[in-house]
Amino acid sequence: MVDIIVDGQVMQARKGEMIAAALMANGKNTFRKTVKREEPRGIYCGIGRCTDCVMTVNGIPNVRTCVTEVEEGMVIQTQIGSGEWQ
Amino acid sequence: MSEVREKESRLKVDGAVSLIELHETVEYILPDEHYDHPVAVIECIEGIPCNPCETACPVGAIVVGDDITTLPVIDPTICTGCGLCVAACPGLAIYLKQQHHSDGLSYIAFPYEYLPLPEKGQAVTMVDRRGQHVCSGTVVRVIKTKRFDRTAIVHATYDSAFYEDVVNMVRL
Amino acid sequence: MKRLKRDIVVIGSGPAGLCAAIEAARSGAAVLLVDENAKIGGQLFKQIHKFFGSADHRAGVRGIDIGEQLLRQAEELAVEVWLNCEACGIFDEKTVWMVRDKEHSVAVEAQRIIIATGAVENSINFPGWTLPGVMGAGAAQTMINIHRVLPGHRVLMVGSGNVGVIVSYQLLQAGATVAAIVEAAPNLGGYGVHTAKVRRAGVPFYTSHTVKEARGNGHVERAVLVKLDSQWNQVPGSEFEVEVDTICIATGLTPAVELAFGSGCRPFNSPPLGGLVPVHDRMMKSSIDSIYIAGDVSGVEEASTAMEEGRIAGLSAAHSLGTITDQMFAERLEQLQHNVDALRSGMFGQKRREAKDAIVRSYGVER
Repeated sequence: MVDIIVDGQVMQARKGEMIAAALMANGKNTFRKTVKREEPRGIYCGIGRCTDCVMTVNGIPNVRTCVTEVEEGMVIQTQIGSGEWQ
Repeated sequence: MSEVREKESRLKVDGAVSLIELHETVEYILPDEHYDHPVAVIECIEGIPCNPCETACPVGAIVVGDDITTLPVIDPTICTGCGLCVAACPGLAIYLKQQHHSDGLSYIAFPYEYLPLPEKGQAVTMVDRRGQHVCSGTVVRVIKTKRFDRTAIVHATYDSAFYEDVVNMVRL
Repeated sequence: MKRLKRDIVVIGSGPAGLCAAIEAARSGAAVLLVDENAKIGGQLFKQIHKFFGSADHRAGVRGIDIGEQLLRQAEELAVEVWLNCEACGIFDEKTVWMVRDKEHSVAVEAQRIIIATGAVENSINFPGWTLPGVMGAGAAQTMINIHRVLPGHRVLMVGSGNVGVIVSYQLLQAGATVAAIVEAAPNLGGYGVHTAKVRRAGVPFYTSHTVKEARGNGHVERAVLVKLDSQWNQVPGSEFEVEVDTICIATGLTPAVELAFGSGCRPFNSPPLGGLVPVHDRMMKSSIDSIYIAGDVSGVEEASTAMEEGRIAGLSAAHSLGTITDQMFAERLEQLQHNVDALRSGMFGQKRREAKDAIVRSYGVER
């Protein structure tokens, strides 16, 4: 198991798990808010093609969480709009 | 809730094959009261290319033939009730049945791929092809072998008044 | 940028690509198999159910186990595999530009290229379809069978083709409830044995119905279903709600043809097989002599046909390089074509067979 930090809270994830799966296992289904109306989005295709699931990971925006593995200490943030490089 | 009409009970509308459709299928052979052990009943009514049932049967009781879209035909007089076809069928469309097993009870052995598995002696609810609760049943045994490749076969007895209706049990 | 040379490059390691690589390697060619994912196998390892077909061709074996068997064969044949490798384009009918590990560009000049990029799920749009909880049926299948996470607990399945009913069954196995399966057409699309499995688990089917709206506060909480008339129009007043937290869309697949068309392969429109496909002959060769195709990219069918088409493509590509004799080629080709024809027989296969014949005819017409 690894610890990841999601919007400031520590969550547990399995080693080798995709971020999206770890979040959903922890009960979090909303990964970002859209640019104009800040509407919630979660996974859609689940295999890295549609980009609905993107979040800001370790300061990098628009990371496809359904095809990106968790890492110990990873900082994951619900992305608002197109995100910002940090 | 809208006024959803009573649906036409046909395979391609309801999802389950109706008894009318089954009785119109010559390959559907339900063993009558003369059998002294359970034998296989095959509810395969669409011709898709498939023949693992024929291959699985160790005594040649099931025939599909060279054209593998042909519906399998069971000869219940040859069938020993071993259940290999029940586990082998990719469509989970085969079960074993016996009309008169013991006092007023019929016998069924059906494929089951859910967890938890029931246990020997457990009382379960038997269902018909549409998932409706029909009667209670008693689990006689649950068989999981490597050969069955993770398809368990649940053996149960139930009220023989519902001999043909019952095909499975409610998930636990 | 690194520039390399290979005999045969196979793009996509799903059932078609894996089988193409194995068959080509068996025929004596040096094969490089690439896949954009971190794991090999495409959709194959999500198919936890037993396959149909002839027992000679691993019918009755679960998709995941077929995948393991193929993986071992590829390893034994020392097929070179690059994972995390995205093929971005094909130039001059022979050079594949790829990006490895999202960082390094590589150009591989290949004598033959086999494109086995599969298909993508279609979507349908309705108010509320963007709410978290609405996803492709394939996404749900990926979540439960690969990642072992339930995407939700009460599911509405939209579409009754084999994907919809199989994923519904697998959702039941994973512990979810499937509240309903809706099908816009008047008849269900999937095989009767598949619909029967979920029906006897108590899941209701609604033919001539579709989803009108997804409702909920920040997430799916309810779905509005509506009846369709014979002209596919919604019948006013026939709406009703079902309580669900997940809506899975299983409304068909479309071949993933970008690489093929980008490289110049001639398209052909095949609605029964999912839309535009690259035209091909019986040896799975495209309109470009150095490029072969196999699997869902050549027309959406099943994993079993993808495997046979992959073998045909791998065999033909290798033979065209002279690694096997004409006689060996002819014998094996006949075997493989017999297999694939058998899979396209019967009431469900007929339409696919006719559609494939039309593609092959079109190939012949403009040569």
